[in-house]
Amino acid sequence: MSARDEILGRVRRALADADRSSPPVSRDYRVTPPDGADLVALFVERVTDYRATAVVVPDADVSAAVEAALAGRRPIVPDGLPWPVDGLADTGQAAAELDAVDAVVTGAALGIAETGTLVLDHGPGQGRRALSLVPDVHVCIVRADQLVYGVPQAVALLDPARPLTWVSGPSATSDIELDRVEGVHGPRTLHVVVADSFRA
Amino acid sequence: MTGTFVGMPAFPTAARDALADSQLRGNLARATGTIRAKRAAAVAEVPEWEALRAAGAAIKDDVLLHLEDYLVQLEASLTASGATVHWARDAAEACAIVAAVAKAHDADEVVKVKSMATQEIGLNEALAEAGIAAWETDLAELIVQLGDDLPSHILVPAIHRNRAEVREIFQRAMGTAGRPAPDGLTDEPAELAAAAREHLREKFLRAKVAVSGANFAVADSGTLVVVESEGNGRMCLTLPEVLVSVVGIEKVVPTWADLDVFLQLLPRSSTGERMNPYTSTWTGVTPGDGPQEVHVVLLDNGRTRALADQVGRQALRCIRCSACLNVCPVYSRTGGHAYGSVYPGPIGAILNPLLRGVGVDDQVDSLPYASSLCGACYDVCPVAIDIPSVLVELRSQVVDAHRGGLPGGEAAAMSAASWVFGRARRLAAAERVSGLTGRLATRLARRLPGPASAWTDARDLPTPPRESFRAWWRRTGGGGDA
Ligand code: SF4
Repeated sequence: MSARDEILGRVRRALADADRSSPPVSRDYRVTPPDGADLVALFVERVTDYRATAVVVPDADVSAAVEAALAGRRPIVPDGLPWPVDGLADTGQAAAELDAVDAVVTGAALGIAETGTLVLDHGPGQGRRALSLVPDVHVCIVRADQLVYGVPQAVALLDPARPLTWVSGPSATSDIELDRVEGVHGPRTLHVVVADSFRA
Repeated sequence: MTGTFVGMPAFPTAARDALADSQLRGNLARATGTIRAKRAAAVAEVPEWEALRAAGAAIKDDVLLHLEDYLVQLEASLTASGATVHWARDAAEACAIVAAVAKAHDADEVVKVKSMATQEIGLNEALAEAGIAAWETDLAELIVQLGDDLPSHILVPAIHRNRAEVREIFQRAMGTAGRPAPDGLTDEPAELAAAAREHLREKFLRAKVAVSGANFAVADSGTLVVVESEGNGRMCLTLPEVLVSVVGIEKVVPTWADLDVFLQLLPRSSTGERMNPYTSTWTGVTPGDGPQEVHVVLLDNGRTRALADQVGRQALRCIRCSACLNVCPVYSRTGGHAYGSVYPGPIGAILNPLLRGVGVDDQVDSLPYASSLCGACYDVCPVAIDIPSVLVELRSQVVDAHRGGLPGGEAAAMSAASWVFGRARRLAAAERVSGLTGRLATRLARRLPGPASAWTDARDLPTPPRESFRAWWRRTGGGGDA
C-alpha cells in the first residue's frame, strides 16, 4: 500500500468512533474597526515601535523622501514603481550580485495599521522576493489609501496565489538572552514612506 | 545537532540534575519571566482575544475531525499550483524523501529554516549519514548546532546559553563549519548576531536546496506559511532553486480566510509581539520568483496515533507558540532538556506520549507526571488545549500499560488519583478550595504503593502542601528567583 493510502486509512480508523459534528466556527473576532480611526497615525506609531522609521508626505514629495531615506545609497528599483526613483533596474541579478547592492526601494500591496505591517505581493513596483531581501536597506512606499485596520481586513484583500511577504520592522532576533537585536539576515534597516496627499 | 535525546534518563532524574545547575536556572527564570510579561501585554491589547482563541480551537477541531477530506484537498491544491506532494508514514520515510530530493540535485548541503517537524524526525542526522550537511540558519539553532548541543525551548532553543557561552561557541566552532568568527568578537548580542549574519550569508548565496517546515498549510489554496523573525526563513524560501517542506498532517487549516485567526494568535502568544518581523506565504511555484521546484512532505510519524486518542486528540491543535512553556512552573525551573524531546514543557508532556504511545519507553511514560496540574498552560494556550486533562488521561494510560493487563492496586489507586487531580485542578482554578486540593492529594499520595513501576519512580514531587500550587505561585512568584 502507498504511504498516502496508508496514512489516509489510519486517519479514517482513528476517527471511526468520533463524533464528527464539528462545532460551527464563530467569527465574532472579526470586529468592526473603531469608527473614524486615524489609520495613518496608528500605522506610523506601530511601525516606529519596531524601530523602523516612517514619514508621511504628499504624493509629490515621495521621491524626495525616498532620496533622504537612502542617504546616498544607490538602490535597485523594480519595474513598475509609480514614483520616479533613480537606481539600478532589475535585470534578473543573481543573489550574489544583489548582495553587492546597498538598498532597495519598493511599493507594497497594503499596510496593516494595528500591527504596523507592510505586505508585499511582489507584483509591479514590488519586484521578485529576492530584491527586497538581500540588500541591507529597504525603503518601502505605501499609499495612505492602501492601509487597512487589522489582520482580518488584510487577509480578505490578499490573493494567496501570489507569494506574500509580511514585513513588520527590520529583521530581528531575541535568541541571545532574549535581548532584542535589530538586523540579522533580512534588511537591517527599514524606512517606510507613507504617501498621503490629503494630509500633507 | 549531533546530540541526541535518545537514552535520556526519565524526567525526575534529568530534572534533578537541571535543578542543581544554578546558571541554567538563572538563565531560564529571567528568560521565561521576560517573555511571559511581553505576551501578557500583547494579548491584553486585543479585546476580542477570547473570541480568537475560541475560533482557533474550533477551526483546528474541524480540521482534525475531517482530516482525510482536508488532506486530499490540500494535496490537490498543492499539485495544481506546481508542487510535488510526498507522504511519509514515519521519520525514516520522511528523511529518505528529503535526502532523495537533495541527491537528485547533487547537493551535498542544504540550508534549513527552523522547524520542529524536521527536528522531530532527526533529519540533520539522517542527511549527515547520506553525506549531506544540513545547516541550521536560525540564530538559536545555529548556536545549538555549533555547540553540539540540544534545543531546550520551542521558540528560543538556546535559551539555556548566556552571551558569554555563545561567544565561546562561535569562536570555537564557526571556523569548522565555514566562515570563522571575526577577530575580537565580544559577547554583545548585536555583535554575535552580526557574526551569524556573516557566517551564514555565503551558505544562503550558494545553497541549491532548502528545507523548511510550515506553520500552516491552507487546504483550499495550497498555500504554505512560515512565520519567523530573522529573515533566515525568507533566505531559505527565496534564494535556493529547490525547496522541500516537511509538514505534519495536523498543520492544515481549511481556508485562506482562516489565517486571520492564526496570524493574530501566533505572534502575540509566541514572541509577545503584535506581529513577528516576517511572514512568508507561497503557493507552489511562482515563475521567475523563488524556488522553481517545490516539494511538500506530509508527515504522519505518530500523529494518527494521537488522533485516535479521544481526549488527547486536541493536542494536535497546537501551533507551537511555546506560551505554555513560559508559564509552566516546572519548565521554568528544570528547562527543556529534562523532557528528553524536541517538544519540552507542558505540550511536550502530552505530545510525546501521544505520538509515541505509552508503555514502551520509561522516559516517555514519565512525562505526564512532569506537572503540578496547575492549569496555567491551559489559560495561555491560544487554541485552548486542556493540557491538564490530557495529562490526567495519559497518567491513567501509563498505569494501565504498566500493569500488564492485570487489574492492580496501583492502577486503581492511580486512576482514582487521576480523577481527583483532574477534578481538583478544576476546583483550584476557581480558587475556592485551595486547601482541599492539598488534603486530598496528601491522602492519595500516602495510599500509593511502592516503587514498582516507572510512574512511581517518576513521582518526585513532594506531597502537595495545603495551599494549592496555583495560589502559592501567585503569592510567592514561584519562590523568588525569577
Ligand atoms: S500547547 Fe498551546 S500554548 Fe503550548 S505551544 Fe501549543 S499552542 Fe502554544
